[in-house]
Amino acid sequence: MGGFRSFGGYPGTPQRVATLPRSLDLPEAGQGGWLAVGCGSSYGDVCLNGGGQVLRTTRLDRFIAFDRERGILRAEAGVTLADVLDLVVPRGWMLPVVPGTRQVTLGGAVANDVHGKNHHVRGSFGCHVRELVLLRSDGARIACGPAHGTEWFQATVGGLGLTGLVSEVELQLMPLAGPLIEGEEFRFERLDALWDAMREAESRYEYVVAWIDCLARGARLGRGILSSGRHAAGAAPPARASGIGIPFTPPFSLVQAALVRAYNGWRWHRAAPGTREVRSGLDPFLFPLDGIANWNRMYGRRGFLQHQCVVPDAGQARRIVEHVAQARAGSMLAVVKAMGADHASLGMLSFPRPGVTVAIDFPFHGARTLALLDALDRVVLDAGGALYPAKDARMSAAMFRHSFPAWRAFERYRDPAIQSEFWQRVTTD
Amino acid sequence: MSRRIERALVLGANSAVAEALCRRLAADGAQLTLVARDEAQLRRSAEDLRVRGARAVAVVVLDVLDEARLVAELDHALAADPPFDLCLVAHGSLPDEPACAHDPARMREALRVNGEATLVAMARIALAMERARHGTLAVIGSVAGDRGRAGNATYGAAKAAVAAYASGLRQRLAPLGVRVLTVKPGFIDTPMTAHIAGKGPLWATPDRVARDIFAAVVGGRRVLYTPWFWAWIMRVLRALPERVFERLRI
Repeated sequence: MGGFRSFGGYPGTPQRVATLPRSLDLPEAGQGGWLAVGCGSSYGDVCLNGGGQVLRTTRLDRFIAFDRERGILRAEAGVTLADVLDLVVPRGWMLPVVPGTRQVTLGGAVANDVHGKNHHVRGSFGCHVRELVLLRSDGARIACGPAHGTEWFQATVGGLGLTGLVSEVELQLMPLAGPLIEGEEFRFERLDALWDAMREAESRYEYVVAWIDCLARGARLGRGILSSGRHAAGAAPPARASGIGIPFTPPFSLVQAALVRAYNGWRWHRAAPGTREVRSGLDPFLFPLDGIANWNRMYGRRGFLQHQCVVPDAGQARRIVEHVAQARAGSMLAVVKAMGADHASLGMLSFPRPGVTVAIDFPFHGARTLALLDALDRVVLDAGGALYPAKDARMSAAMFRHSFPAWRAFERYRDPAIQSEFWQRVTTD
Repeated sequence: MSRRIERALVLGANSAVAEALCRRLAADGAQLTLVARDEAQLRRSAEDLRVRGARAVAVVVLDVLDEARLVAELDHALAADPPFDLCLVAHGSLPDEPACAHDPARMREALRVNGEATLVAMARIALAMERARHGTLAVIGSVAGDRGRAGNATYGAAKAAVAAYASGLRQRLAPLGVRVLTVKPGFIDTPMTAHIAGKGPLWATPDRVARDIFAAVVGGRRVLYTPWFWAWIMRVLRALPERVFERLRI
């Protein structure tokens, strides 16, 4: 019903969808339990519950309080980051952590303990949450935060929505210098030239992230563009709604190897050699993909998978990129970022940890794609890394348990009425 | 002609369309008086609108079926000076048609909520706007009021009464510079229609409808079909002879 799909469109299991009413009456557990879901921007099955039902939190979309002097915002969990930014940015505040899209609810940002291009200076989303309200299916209402109800807080941040319904979130915002981003782009010829430049950029910039051409091989392996930026004052550039979008899902993927190769080459060559200064508005810099509505549809009905891992060091990240280049797989989106060590994630199941994260999209071509991703998993596993559950739809139970050893202790906090396809997949043998 | 909306009174403020409109007004710093039945939800919405930028938000908790209170509270609120720029009557319910067909009490309640109480509220607002010679009275009617259908004849009958009454008020108030806007939405995806499965391309979001209402008030329109294509659909449906219409299964 309703045709609810996760962002990647895989697995496309049918979902029974209901909207959670504002009265917050939770349904009976019933068969298969329920799962609260915000925008459904998670790529895989952490936001699916085909065995039971999915509860949209779209109606929990009210602000509760905003202290404009101290930058403290409290809101219902279905409020999106887009709503928050529209409210706080003109008033001189900024969300301290944003993922690559504005189409995420506060509840979803907490449940996946999302990170952004400034992880090296701000840590993950959970580091900025002052308080959460958690409603349990037994009727308990638990207010928790980093200094009170800590156990529940640590279980719920990064807890994939499994510990109860997150109904309210209170955040500490950060002061905003202005509506502009000033920064630079540095084109690098090969992956090995990235690491020093990235470390250097991190010492000077709030946001640092690299795009790589994941199809380039040999001496050009991992060539790409490093983008850095910081907030700056100035006249806000005119908001431009592109109006570009993909109106429907084509039967086959538009992302074909030859096109990807051409696009990646064009993008890399278009950037001038060396370093160039850039200025832009907030949205095009932080949320470039939001500029094309429903871009995920270009992968066709079979959808796509993203493989996002974090591994302790650059050499291991290079092995991932090598593997993908050799397989001649991957697509336009391939991102590398160093994860900072200064702000430990607070959640028991949080993904962000020190090291290097690599995220690559793959059109879904059945067993061939799954086998490649399994091979990448082995590299990650050997390196002592982890995969990001919010992006995952297929990692093995063993892979998950190895990289999230707290999962067994976490089970104590899971609400017995809640279930997700992801959790079933990685916890049942 | 462009009208500013600095002060607004909204009846049925907990409805999805009314709330979406209030958010637009709040973002512009408007002063809002909200009337609704569910006090807990109304107070939370009021807080939300304050955060979003409303200069002031007052709440009035009442059930529109309590006619004495409806009139007293409206008159009290409408005595405000300066007067309201916009009064929106947006309360309503979607009655169960088969239940209304069998149970006169259910039918009466449906007609009172969607018809009688709406007309009474409009009458009080009209008196105040007549005195002030200022403002826009907007009422949420429905395309269902344009032509009765088997599936929602009772609802349609009440909304037809609303449209006829609005037309009368428009004639009476026009010479004073007071506008009356009849809003005729098609299908809107709201909690009131949450039980209806298989929503197709004709369904609109509350925000879309609110955006249209806002533009219609500012632009001084008289009748608004929203989204716009309903004007054409209803033009066709109204033109059909009864002997053809009776055979349609819509």
